[in-house]
Amino acid sequence: MESFGQNIFLVHPEITLAVGAMLLLMIGVFRGDGALKLLSWIAVAVYGVAAVFVTILPADRLTAFNDLFVTDGTARFLKLVIYTASAISSVIAIAYLQRRNINRFEYPILIMLATTGMSMMVSANDLITLYVSLELQSLALYVLASIHRDNAKSTEAGLKYFVLGALSSGLLLYGCSLVYGFAGTTNFEGLRTVLHATLEQPPVIGVLFGMIFVIVGIAFKISAVPFHMWTPDVYEGSPTPVTAFLASAPKVAAMGLMLRVLFDAFGGLSEQWRQIIMILSALSMGLGAVAALGQTDIKRLLAYSSIGHIGYALIGVAVGNHESISAVLIYLVIYMFTTLASFLCVLAMQRNGDQIEDMSELGGLAVRQPKLALAFTLILFSLAGVPPLMGFWAKFYIFKSAIEFGGLPMTLLAVWGVLTSVIATAYYLRIIKIMWFDKSSQDFDKPDYLVNDVLLTATTLFVSPLGWIFLGPLQAAAMLAARALIGSA
Amino acid sequence: MYSFPILTTMILVPLAASLLILLFGNARMTALAGTLTNFVLAVILWMNFDNNTAAFQFTENLSIFGTAFSYHLGIDGIAMLLIVLSAFLMPLCILASWESIEKRLNEYMIAFLVMEALMIGVFSSLDIILFYVFFEAGLIPMYLIIGVWGGARRIYASFKFFLYTLLGSVLMLLAMLYMISKSGTTSIPELMEYKFAAHTQMWLWLAFFASFAVKMPMWPVHTWLPDAHVEAPTAGSVVLAGVLLKMGGYGFLRFSLPMFPQASHDLVWIIFGLSMVAVIYTSLVALVQQDMKKLIAYSSVAHMAFVTIGLFTFNQQGIQGSILQMLSHGIVSGALFLCVGVVYDRMHTREIAAYGGLVNRMPAYALVFMIFTMASVGLPGTSGFVGEFLVLLGAYHASTWVSFVAAIGVILGAAYMLWLYWRVIFGALTKDSLKTITDLSLREKVIFAPLIAVVFWMGIYPASFLKPLDKPVAKLVQQTRIGGAR
Repeated sequence: MESFGQNIFLVHPEITLAVGAMLLLMIGVFRGDGALKLLSWIAVAVYGVAAVFVTILPADRLTAFNDLFVTDGTARFLKLVIYTASAISSVIAIAYLQRRNINRFEYPILIMLATTGMSMMVSANDLITLYVSLELQSLALYVLASIHRDNAKSTEAGLKYFVLGALSSGLLLYGCSLVYGFAGTTNFEGLRTVLHATLEQPPVIGVLFGMIFVIVGIAFKISAVPFHMWTPDVYEGSPTPVTAFLASAPKVAAMGLMLRVLFDAFGGLSEQWRQIIMILSALSMGLGAVAALGQTDIKRLLAYSSIGHIGYALIGVAVGNHESISAVLIYLVIYMFTTLASFLCVLAMQRNGDQIEDMSELGGLAVRQPKLALAFTLILFSLAGVPPLMGFWAKFYIFKSAIEFGGLPMTLLAVWGVLTSVIATAYYLRIIKIMWFDKSSQDFDKPDYLVNDVLLTATTLFVSPLGWIFLGPLQAAAMLAARALIGSA
Repeated sequence: MYSFPILTTMILVPLAASLLILLFGNARMTALAGTLTNFVLAVILWMNFDNNTAAFQFTENLSIFGTAFSYHLGIDGIAMLLIVLSAFLMPLCILASWESIEKRLNEYMIAFLVMEALMIGVFSSLDIILFYVFFEAGLIPMYLIIGVWGGARRIYASFKFFLYTLLGSVLMLLAMLYMISKSGTTSIPELMEYKFAAHTQMWLWLAFFASFAVKMPMWPVHTWLPDAHVEAPTAGSVVLAGVLLKMGGYGFLRFSLPMFPQASHDLVWIIFGLSMVAVIYTSLVALVQQDMKKLIAYSSVAHMAFVTIGLFTFNQQGIQGSILQMLSHGIVSGALFLCVGVVYDRMHTREIAAYGGLVNRMPAYALVFMIFTMASVGLPGTSGFVGEFLVLLGAYHASTWVSFVAAIGVILGAAYMLWLYWRVIFGALTKDSLKTITDLSLREKVIFAPLIAVVFWMGIYPASFLKPLDKPVAKLVQQTRIGGAR
């Protein structure tokens, strides 16, 4: 049994975040709403400290608090990704919030609380931890979605998110209770032992049902089809920086949770859940591609695009070996940066101080703001997965693992994947066409937020072929992380 | 062996030039300097090329991007000639758009320079994934060139071009991934040695065929080409016809034939069938075109059908002939598009009916146009003859019927080209709008002079082009024979 000190040591990053959030809250209360900028930058520092703590955690798989919490290579990898996304999301919002008089100091604090939850999600080793951390994350996100409370759309987004999120939590809890009822334990390792023992005979139907409910609950969070209904509305209604956050870190965390549950808890039932994941994946890729074709609102379009992207990542989950999991992790990293970059572009596209959300108003951007248009073009081609941009490598590793896995269903899924990616390319091309080929009479606002510009430049360089230099290290790190996950199964 | 990384340099020079344009402007001169530098490098490459080996030369190999692929470059005679062709056409394209492009010049030149880098990358890749990256990345600049600087239906054409070619290629990507997982290597020379099982060869061949047939383009997936050509600016058409279309043929040579010989033999009826239809059908379609560029675009499809016929004869003459046909077509149809560009710049119409009797006011132009028309028809002494003749010879060995149909295609080709020439150049100058048209300017003469020289060089002394091909093609023929069923 581990000592109390060791327990505390393993959850050091989460403690840092929780204490950091309290600290920010105190400063915010005393300094008032004017402290938004200060708090955001302190938040970045806190994420930095937490990230350092993550890197000094031991590389082995260690559990804490009676096996409720686990830290291993996968968790460390995902935590670093999540902290990066949260830090970027905190600072890109400052200018937007200040300009619209919603500069509430709670913004970075809510992000940090959500991040605490996400950090625990990817370390969950028990159905209880899973549920508690998921709820910690979700509650913060519901508030964030409706942070522009004078705006009907934002309020609507928050409410919708809350109601559907509560439904999914209900499904998840129901699943957990079924699993507990039939397996007699909530611990992931315990579940694996129990499920492994019954491998010879067909699995108990109750456990299967429970597992399906748990998967459905998490599928809500990653917005895999057919559990995606909330995504377009919430993305469209939320203030743009919030959408950027919703599309990046929580997706990574929920995907991490999915990996944890599938491999740690239900590793023995992979034959059963593989079919479910494959269907989710195929539907997500299909709907993500086709539904986005008719969109006119750029945030809605990016919502459908993110649904499609989750579909591609799920191919890797369905394959379920070292290569494919490392492919999923690489996919998540590249997706996270590309998504944030795309929202940075959306944030930068303004006219008379208003955000441009209707795509048709982007006409002539390439003439008036060539650099922004070039960056957005590269990012969109990257999202489409056209080489030589980074988005191609994300898809490349996924398809490679699927083809190597072999078998007719997986091959067909890969073929379906590349075909839908061609369809998806059509709508990315449409935005590029509007920016480059269409004319516009009205001018755009000049981007005047230095931080956003710097971040946009950095992320664009990352998705450009210059990012290839990160491929080697990224692949090595993802492979290590994947081994930690599968090695334990 | 040469230790200086000349291939990498040739990829980087255009990229560096585009960076300079991005930073300092002065697009015309920078682009011209960049492309001329590359042409000089290409000449150096050719002079240092060893004709007496089929092995890959000037190889470079770096594995710094993880385990997925390695930065592996190298060329044999086939690739070398195509690289020289690209580097030769590029400065002419820049010159051709010297005055006709007025809006967004910087972006235009950058797009062309990036194109050049990518094309050289395609022909010099010895890693299958690197090849795919270069192969696909070319879509981005070409999409922008057609869409931004094209004509009236440019948006439709650019979408069609992008999605058609992408759809063809993604299936090839899956096939490549399968090959990698089976053989455990991404190196093209190693994959050429690997023997794939007969039944998998067929699927892989079909997946590659999907991509290359679209790029080639073969009937019936050629429909993107006339649209893209008509709407692209002149230099865009030259690059499209001159180099991009060669990627399909190069792909067949590099992948389909040596890696899947069994499937190539088994499925040769697809190639021959489609090519024969293309030769006759697109020639007939070309006959009735009202638009000069469209006519030349359809003639490209017909000429490319010759190339595919030659490639799949599996003998030395046929394959060498089709490579020569590719080179000749690159020069000739590029030049023909430039010829159309000359009058288009003056009259802003490509309607054949809008012209007539140009010889009266533009004698130099009439001469230049005639030389390229004759080369396109395949008159002995011009570049078109050698390739066509060798293809017909090779095809005769493979199948009499195929060569019979191909020969009919030659006649039809003469018909539509000569008729075009007659309608545009000869007759009395009756149209008022043409009364003030001016002959070729010095810049235009400078563009056409090297093209004419090469047309005659290839026609009169083809040996300098056939020599580098001897060994690689002999090796290719041998590779296709080993697994062959005949």
